[in-house]
Amino acid sequence: MSEAIKTDVVIIGAGPVGLFAVFELGLLDIKAHLIDILDKVGGQCAELYPEKPIYDIPGIPFITGHGLTEALMEQIKPFKPTFHLNEMVTTVEKIGEPLFRVATDRGQVFEAKVVVIGAGGGSFQPKRPPIPGIEPYENKSVHYAVRKMDTFRDKRLLIVGGGDSALDWTLNLQPIAKRLTLVHRRDEFRGAPDSVNKMRELVATGAMDLKIGQVSAVEGADGQLAAASIKGKDNAVERVECDAMLPFFGLTMKLGPVADWGLTLEDNLIPVDTAAFETSIPGLFAIGDINTYPGKLKLILSGFHEAALMAQKAYHYVYPEKRLVFQYTTSSTSLQKKLGVA
Amino acid sequence: MTDVQDISSSTAAKKETMPKITFIEHDGTVHTVEAEIGSTVMETAQRNNVTSIVAECGGSCTCATCLVHVDEAWSPIVGPPSDEEEDMLDFAFEVTPTSRLSCQIKVTEALDGLIVRTPAYQGR
Repeated sequence: MSEAIKTDVVIIGAGPVGLFAVFELGLLDIKAHLIDILDKVGGQCAELYPEKPIYDIPGIPFITGHGLTEALMEQIKPFKPTFHLNEMVTTVEKIGEPLFRVATDRGQVFEAKVVVIGAGGGSFQPKRPPIPGIEPYENKSVHYAVRKMDTFRDKRLLIVGGGDSALDWTLNLQPIAKRLTLVHRRDEFRGAPDSVNKMRELVATGAMDLKIGQVSAVEGADGQLAAASIKGKDNAVERVECDAMLPFFGLTMKLGPVADWGLTLEDNLIPVDTAAFETSIPGLFAIGDINTYPGKLKLILSGFHEAALMAQKAYHYVYPEKRLVFQYTTSSTSLQKKLGVA
Repeated sequence: MTDVQDISSSTAAKKETMPKITFIEHDGTVHTVEAEIGSTVMETAQRNNVTSIVAECGGSCTCATCLVHVDEAWSPIVGPPSDEEEDMLDFAFEVTPTSRLSCQIKVTEALDGLIVRTPAYQGR
């Protein structure tokens, strides 16, 4: 386990609200580390609707999810936040007054005076296909992610899906697999055209197989897959022997470990006060879609407001001996210096 | 989510002109509900507590958790999915030739009486 990273604030979730929290904290000289399970910043804006227009950001009549993420990253640049992507927070423990120990699934530990949960709808996790009896094979011979390519060396592999993940792993694993079969429900692929062409070439030269259909059943014993049944368009079922299966059906939001952090949840949401958006545990805040309070609206603009008020209270935990004087970015030279514009 | 939460049910449209949609859930539960013209089948499901429509992304055709199987007789009237929707159907399960994402089906007068079936599992 690596040494604990000591910081003022750990923000769990790098969606728009978590990003804006960096800005509000930064104006108050509070440093933040952000942790997100996705491989990119932006949360739902990046994962669910990067190209979709958002019409209700104040002062911005129209912006895409990607555009908003980019703009927020530009806005928080002066505060140099540290990002820990592809990492899921597993535990949050209170170890002082207030001081928290935060640990991730990669074994990284943080110590922070304040923790801000900005986890939206929870963590994005792979969709699990509803194949009857698949559970005993999961994480043994059915995998939703590739941690080590070597796991699949000399194996008969079944990759399921038609997007970039399915195609990328097909191309990466085909050279080391004993035999690779790609299964997709139709003979069209939404992945990058270049990857599609490369895959088609491998099929044409006989280096791999492509089956059109949907996996309807699996067989094997003790978690070890032996074969999968593929139901084609004509409902004919074909049995394909395999040692491992990798289904890629995109991501879905699951609440995840938040439920285990000592908070009493209401309908999978974290109750907070509306003065500082603090939870029942002092120093532990929740902002954005993951919190609830009377009148809550799941809007990005509400999350921004929550971030600003959270920062005011967080200041007292980070600098207990100092008095906070409220300032405007329009007139305060000290704030403008922090933003690098004065 | 970016959309304003719509808690108002329709008061504008007159009841007698509202198309009816029937949702048949995998366990046999039947919901026959009134739908507002111009809204989507997904929104209609959510307003009427048809919980087997998850609609994680709020209707932007990016999550494939509002899958329905359109009744075969109704399929030609509802029509096929767009290319974008067809791509997103790759992320759904047990897709059939009449499967659609209900956030992409706009309610019109022609859909009065529509029957759709919802799957046991939307991916979460």
